[in-house]
Amino acid sequence: MHDPWPLAKKRRALELRARILAELRRFFADRDYLEIETPCLIPAPAPEFHIDTFPCAGWFLQPSPELCMKRLLAAGYDRIFQICRCFRQKERGDRHLPEFTMLEWYRREADYRDLMAECEELLVQVAGALGRGDLVTYQGVRIEIGAPWERMTVGEAFDRFAPLPVAAALAGDCFEEILAVHVEPRLGRRRPTFLYDYPLPLASLARVKRGDPAVAERFELYIAGMELANAFTELADEGEQRRRFAREEEARRRAGKPPYPVPENFLAALPALGTAAGIALGVDRLVMILADAPHIDAVTAFTPETL
Amino acid sequence: MSNFFDRSGKIHYGAPTVPESKIRETAGKSGEPDDGAFTAGLFPEGVAMYSASDLRKNLRIKMEDEPYVITEFNFTKPGKGQALYRCKLKNMISGAQFERTFRSVDVFEPADLQEKKMQFLYEQEGKYCFMDNETYEQILLTEDQVGDGKNYLIENIEVEVLLFEDRPLGVSLPNFVDLVVTKAEPWARGDSVSGNTKPVTVQTGYVLQVPPFIEEGEKIRIDTRTGEYLTRVKD
Repeated sequence: MHDPWPLAKKRRALELRARILAELRRFFADRDYLEIETPCLIPAPAPEFHIDTFPCAGWFLQPSPELCMKRLLAAGYDRIFQICRCFRQKERGDRHLPEFTMLEWYRREADYRDLMAECEELLVQVAGALGRGDLVTYQGVRIEIGAPWERMTVGEAFDRFAPLPVAAALAGDCFEEILAVHVEPRLGRRRPTFLYDYPLPLASLARVKRGDPAVAERFELYIAGMELANAFTELADEGEQRRRFAREEEARRRAGKPPYPVPENFLAALPALGTAAGIALGVDRLVMILADAPHIDAVTAFTPETL
Repeated sequence: MSNFFDRSGKIHYGAPTVPESKIRETAGKSGEPDDGAFTAGLFPEGVAMYSASDLRKNLRIKMEDEPYVITEFNFTKPGKGQALYRCKLKNMISGAQFERTFRSVDVFEPADLQEKKMQFLYEQEGKYCFMDNETYEQILLTEDQVGDGKNYLIENIEVEVLLFEDRPLGVSLPNFVDLVVTKAEPWARGDSVSGNTKPVTVQTGYVLQVPPFIEEGEKIRIDTRTGEYLTRVKD
């Protein structure tokens, strides 16, 4: 039976979403970023053990546009961004959809610290354009979004909030549980938080930190306990990237996951990448924050269950 | 939070809910945990199993030989790491509640719960006797198992008895029952100030608030979900 109400009641959230998308594009256009589009259907995703792709006609739906975007970067497109759909199997919850919208942007001659600063500017500009000023309230939590935001290494965050240090959590195979239960809920509560310098095994495409080979130059952005973005200084070492991919792929196959071909065209482009950094930001979650919506379903017109 | 340490001193958040040997048998041919394709394999005894991605609110699962219902459920995937399924569970026998976090490799046995239509026969010394309408088999429930249901159990009333592997867990009543008022103060007609309700006792001994015009010997309809008066019933 036709019932217009479930869709009709989303009008305000969908209008806000459209304005946010427009403001995101304006931000990047103002900064000479080129908007690009890359294919959703790809032959060889980056092998990552904890991301399950949808096989499709012998290829795969992209879990992220990362590999194609870095090939463009290596070809001399120095500042690029994309807003696109990404697909990840079995990811469904209050903050997850198996098909969702990602904003990714990449810059040459930049590292992850430069992207932290750009992230701050992005959110301040978008919230300002929506008439929010410097204060955003999400589910009763008031968050000052004026720069500078809080910066905390993964090690510091575990020392402060977790019952055991990060090395022990990794050794005990409970890093994610501790992160989800003890650390994440405490992040981004008065100001947004950049959680940075991840243990090397947790960053398959990030550069090793200069001066500290135990961690990778990677950060995640948290607002009100919600993970919003993942970024890193790109690994540009072809041999090292190939070895990391091989390890992940081997673990994937051992677990009976569908085999991926080696993304040779991507690997071949890496030496030309130079120093570059890239970031992926979940657009649906950004809309959730600005719409003060507790559930991702409220900010997308359709979910798998309503199709 | 309900983490625990196993023999190797490792902290676990999600507990394997079936013995390791059975997990291996259910989780893919290679003997490796199968995060991907496995959704509902067959338990050696032929019982369909749930995988973590099947978990949802109100699902009933069996752990350590007791039935649990999931009262809250949340999927999370911190920092591009492995998927976690954060659940609040309630033990359907003891009522105890706790939180537990599962991983996608965890598998679960469904709780074998049955609802059987039964007739209430009598109560004696805190035991409530019910009869299976089909087999005429009789079972006894304790006052705890009957819970608030005891307020509405009149002879021959038909209820659903919830069974876990043939052990009774509780009863669910019809949403509405009609009971006779056995004790009521007369209606003081002038009295329109005293909150417009008065307490009465019904035939089961249950005391509830009703409008002041209800009198002894009348039949009233009660909502068993709230325990509240609904309307007067004329035979």
